[in-house]
Amino acid sequence: MADLRAYGALIGGQFRSIASYRVSFLVEMSSNAMTTALDITTVLVLFGANRSVAGFSLAEALLVASLSSLGFALADMLVGNVDHLKTYVRSGLMDVILVRPLGSLWQLLCMDLPFRKALRVVLALVVLGVAIHLNDVDWTPGRVALLVLSPLAGLVFFGAIFVLSASLAFWWVDSGELGSAFTYGGRDFTSYPVPVYAGWFRAVFAYALGFGFVAYQPALALLGRTDPLGLPAWAGYLSPLVALVAAVVAALVWRAGVRHYRSTGS
Amino acid sequence: MDRLDAREGVVTFGALARSGFRRWSTYRQATIAGAFTNVVFGFLRCYVILAVAAATAGGLAAGYDAEQLATYVWVGQGLITVVGMWGWTELADRIRTGEVAADLLRPVPPVVSYLAADLGRFGHAMLTRFVPPMVVGAIFFPLYVPHRAGTIPLFLVSVVLGTLVSFAGRFLVNATAYWLHDARGPIGLWTLASGVLAGLYFPLRLLPDWAAVLLYAALPFAGMLQIPADVLTERDGPALQAGLVAVQAVWAAGLLFACARVQKRAESKLVVQGG
Repeated sequence: MADLRAYGALIGGQFRSIASYRVSFLVEMSSNAMTTALDITTVLVLFGANRSVAGFSLAEALLVASLSSLGFALADMLVGNVDHLKTYVRSGLMDVILVRPLGSLWQLLCMDLPFRKALRVVLALVVLGVAIHLNDVDWTPGRVALLVLSPLAGLVFFGAIFVLSASLAFWWVDSGELGSAFTYGGRDFTSYPVPVYAGWFRAVFAYALGFGFVAYQPALALLGRTDPLGLPAWAGYLSPLVALVAAVVAALVWRAGVRHYRSTGS
Repeated sequence: MDRLDAREGVVTFGALARSGFRRWSTYRQATIAGAFTNVVFGFLRCYVILAVAAATAGGLAAGYDAEQLATYVWVGQGLITVVGMWGWTELADRIRTGEVAADLLRPVPPVVSYLAADLGRFGHAMLTRFVPPMVVGAIFFPLYVPHRAGTIPLFLVSVVLGTLVSFAGRFLVNATAYWLHDARGPIGLWTLASGVLAGLYFPLRLLPDWAAVLLYAALPFAGMLQIPADVLTERDGPALQAGLVAVQAVWAAGLLFACARVQKRAESKLVVQGG
């Protein structure tokens, strides 16, 4: 109970800060929403030039992109700020966090919850709605559940990726932009149907790292399409399981990281 | 304040550029990490754009063939850091903290000293951030080899001009801090606009003709990435190729002039913040 109050105080502080910098908050919130709009525009431009790319129509591609976008926007809002770990390790703020009697990861997340990213979630939801409308989905109870579950699985999966790439800083403070290859890179990868990619790159990102299960496989299951790459129809329903595995791995790596952490001594 | 004569000016400019180079060469691990990230995005964007080309009649997307598109993507990945599209907030930070006062005491105008440091950064990025994506791209994808003798020199000119355009644009959005104190809004908008309008996400000619013409000529962003990539892939005949570089030159000159004017206006009204 006392823990919850402490987290509440951390989040309350955020709201007070927003209230004192209102214009700044609005500007940042709208430019944040614009990034999602631009991602979707990119998909529209690339697929709009042709009727179908790698066997996928614009409407189908939009479904893939919007599932990815919604999962990522949620994760970026709730977990994305764990990215700042590098700065905290370098500046020594991580020491302060570790001596408090609260979980280190939860503190980091609550200390800096970017509410300015909320508008992106709304926008991604709208695009998902449009994509669902454009595609003729043959609704079954399973598909309805899948539609609700896969953005949540996307949230958990991308959240795990955010935590994993931030954890790098425990071992390698100067990891710089390396994490973005998997967080933002993962978002871009999942925005397109997997058959667009080829070779070992596709094997690594889609299957070994699991990005193929964030948006592509669930979209196939929603559309009732068979996978041109040969995975069975139920593969779409695996996304929560893949997300769970990713979350467990991320939690273990985070723990190992905290245990490995020896302060920068600043 | 004494201004320097021409010879001293060149020597000082060179020294500032060298120190800019050295400053970046100290972040070795971050450089490797950044190049790795550029390479991953290179694979991503390359596969996507090649799939688009494969689905288009004749395999041409926006008039580029598959080799030109692959080259376009990998050159783009190499140029992001070379022209320095993102992430420069140094001037805005110094204005907010008041440290900019120290810049004004120096015998070199701030626009010139920041430009010299940025060209040093450019030199470092050319060696460490342009080469790796190009090499990886060439290993895994068939790239376009220019046919015309003039293309490579023109490309180098175009990249330098692109860096000048990018520097001047960044300087201007940073300089809004003289009036706004907090330049995060303008810097954020610049970052947002430059990715898509410079042609990083997709070649601008995938857009309808009128929009493409507008983005090439009426806005500076195409000069940072789209035009250098067009020059290297010989997307157009020699005349238009040179014409595009001329457009870049006009933007670079115009924006640098604007930087000087804005800096002058700012200096006449500046009240240094903080202590």
